[in-house]
Amino acid sequence: MNLLFYISSFVAVAATILAITRFHPVHALLYLVVSFLAAALIFLSLGSPFIAVMEVIVYAGAIIVLFIFVVMMLNLGKDTALQEKNWLRPKVWIGPSLLVLILLVEMIVLLLTAEDTAMHVTVVDPRNVSLALFGEYIIALELAGFLLMAGIVGAAHIGKQKKKQLHRFLQAEVMESV
Amino acid sequence: MLQNILPGGGVSLMFSNLRTMWLVFLHLFRKKETIQYPEEKIKLHPRWRGRIVLTKDPDGGERCVGCYLCAAACPVDCIALQATEDENGRRYPEFFRINFSRCIFCGYCEEACPTYAIQLIPDFEMGEYNRQNLVFEKEDLLINSEGKYPGYNFYKVAGMEAGVKAKGKGDNEELPVDVKSLLP
Amino acid sequence: MSVMQHIWIVLGVLFVLLNIAAGLIWVERRLLALWQDRLGPNRAGPLGLFIVLADTLKLFFKEDWIPPFADKWIFITAPAIVVGSVLLSFVIIPFAPGIVVADLNIGLLFFLAMSSLGVYSIVLGGWASNNKYALLGALRGASQMIAYEVFMGLSLMGVVMLTGSFKMGAIVEAQKDMWFIVTQPVGFFVFFIAGIAETHRLPFDIPEAESELIAGYHAEYSGMKFGMFFIGEYLGITLISAMMVALFFGGWLGPAFLPPLAWFALKTFFFIGVFILLRASLPRPRYDQLIEYGWKILLPVVLANLMITGAIALWVRGE
Repeated sequence: MNLLFYISSFVAVAATILAITRFHPVHALLYLVVSFLAAALIFLSLGSPFIAVMEVIVYAGAIIVLFIFVVMMLNLGKDTALQEKNWLRPKVWIGPSLLVLILLVEMIVLLLTAEDTAMHVTVVDPRNVSLALFGEYIIALELAGFLLMAGIVGAAHIGKQKKKQLHRFLQAEVMESV
Repeated sequence: MLQNILPGGGVSLMFSNLRTMWLVFLHLFRKKETIQYPEEKIKLHPRWRGRIVLTKDPDGGERCVGCYLCAAACPVDCIALQATEDENGRRYPEFFRINFSRCIFCGYCEEACPTYAIQLIPDFEMGEYNRQNLVFEKEDLLINSEGKYPGYNFYKVAGMEAGVKAKGKGDNEELPVDVKSLLP
Repeated sequence: MSVMQHIWIVLGVLFVLLNIAAGLIWVERRLLALWQDRLGPNRAGPLGLFIVLADTLKLFFKEDWIPPFADKWIFITAPAIVVGSVLLSFVIIPFAPGIVVADLNIGLLFFLAMSSLGVYSIVLGGWASNNKYALLGALRGASQMIAYEVFMGLSLMGVVMLTGSFKMGAIVEAQKDMWFIVTQPVGFFVFFIAGIAETHRLPFDIPEAESELIAGYHAEYSGMKFGMFFIGEYLGITLISAMMVALFFGGWLGPAFLPPLAWFALKTFFFIGVFILLRASLPRPRYDQLIEYGWKILLPVVLANLMITGAIALWVRGE
């Protein structure tokens, strides 16, 4: 299980880096999908299949599809790729990368100096997840539900057509009749 | 709201859909319309416009007089012919060529023909693997039959002499007027 | 179960499924023809069965064309995703006691996850084709499949509540006394509609709508790449039919005069026939009608079903 965990972690990190550096938005999003799938596998190898499947359903299956949907609707072509290329100059990314590199070295040192502990794999089945959600964290769950409900109501309100759109011929007819 | 979304209104739509499915399902037991072609042939009407032929009169002579009316009537210009005369003065086509890869079987040539020579007959099985084979020459077109007008002989009713009958000898035909006589 | 036995089951399931998917070419064309008062393909081989062979050969030998304006690698990957995701979904289907590739304890969720990944083939295929019709098809496909995924998931939760498990084997076992079609008719109804939309079969074939979008998201595909979409669609029909049987119609359960596997196959073929009957009889709704129907009718219905089922389950358990 350890080996699988490391492989999927490596894939997740690599895919995320690629997602950042791609110029084409759809390609970047595809790497992001791979990154989510790798994250799902990490969860699976850590013994929580429920969260893994939820990750695939919600993130890979719905949210990224919506992202791609929007990108497709915006019809981003070669110009955007060029613009991205202009934005991603070494001057811009070299500072943050150096800082992150320091953190990475720190992490590696910490990992190497820590004593060997076997990875704990406790299988969390759906029953445990739901018991936790509706027991300990019921308030957080309810609050999240309120938030989503507010979001849905807001979306429905924005999406509601206030004015009835009439064709110009019909408009003329209405004017005549009045 | 239901009425806005579903034509015919909510619940009744479901039932009409199910009814449609049931009625379509019942078609499983209907008689099939398919005609299994090579074994089972469709019955063609006598006036069906198919393959073009050149017919002969009852004496066995060609009916075609090479008047070019069919070639002129043809909307796709698929008919080519060259008229000539024999020693009796009877006109006939020297060659008669129909390019069936162009022909649209409209039947205008048949309508234009003054001698019932060119006719469209109920036969459509003339597919070829080689396009060149679709150019039919006179020997391919000429059939040993009177086609749809049995007994008709153009030169029997025509006013001219072309080896079939002498001038004025036809049915319903008066002798030629003697222009040198003064008698009425 | 020994490793060897497991491998045999995997290979057997794969073999049977691919053959069914190919055979459905013949079944669909024959049944459609019969329902339209025709005979259908009946020339090549006994009853025209070799049309499958002819069609497959044709697909293999057609030019495998990648348009120069397409995004090459995404264009190639898209058809593989649909077949891959559907075949992976079959992993959890219990065909008979003991004949299942992996009876996961999150089986139902795994099925939902895989069917949600199937959207990518439409979206990416349509986008990579770089063609207006394909893009429109992809847009329609994305919104349709995301919307109907929600109802599909929710409609199955009633079954999960009654069983108390996501495990497919347990769900089938729980129907020993009474099939879930009796206790969950609304769930079945919504799942069936969502399943049609999810496999984008007629009458909900809005992403590919021949009469409006030519062929929609696979307008640019030819050869075996198109064949993959084709096979994916038939596998999807088989998958949804098998799921319906396992979830609502008692899976392999049935009178003892037939073996369990035969019961499962019979029921599945019945639903495949229903899919084809739907194609033969119903016209395609308009695009906005489909989405509105989903969000404004199916969602409230399925939520109400969930609530009532939960209440009854609690009441019965409280006795």
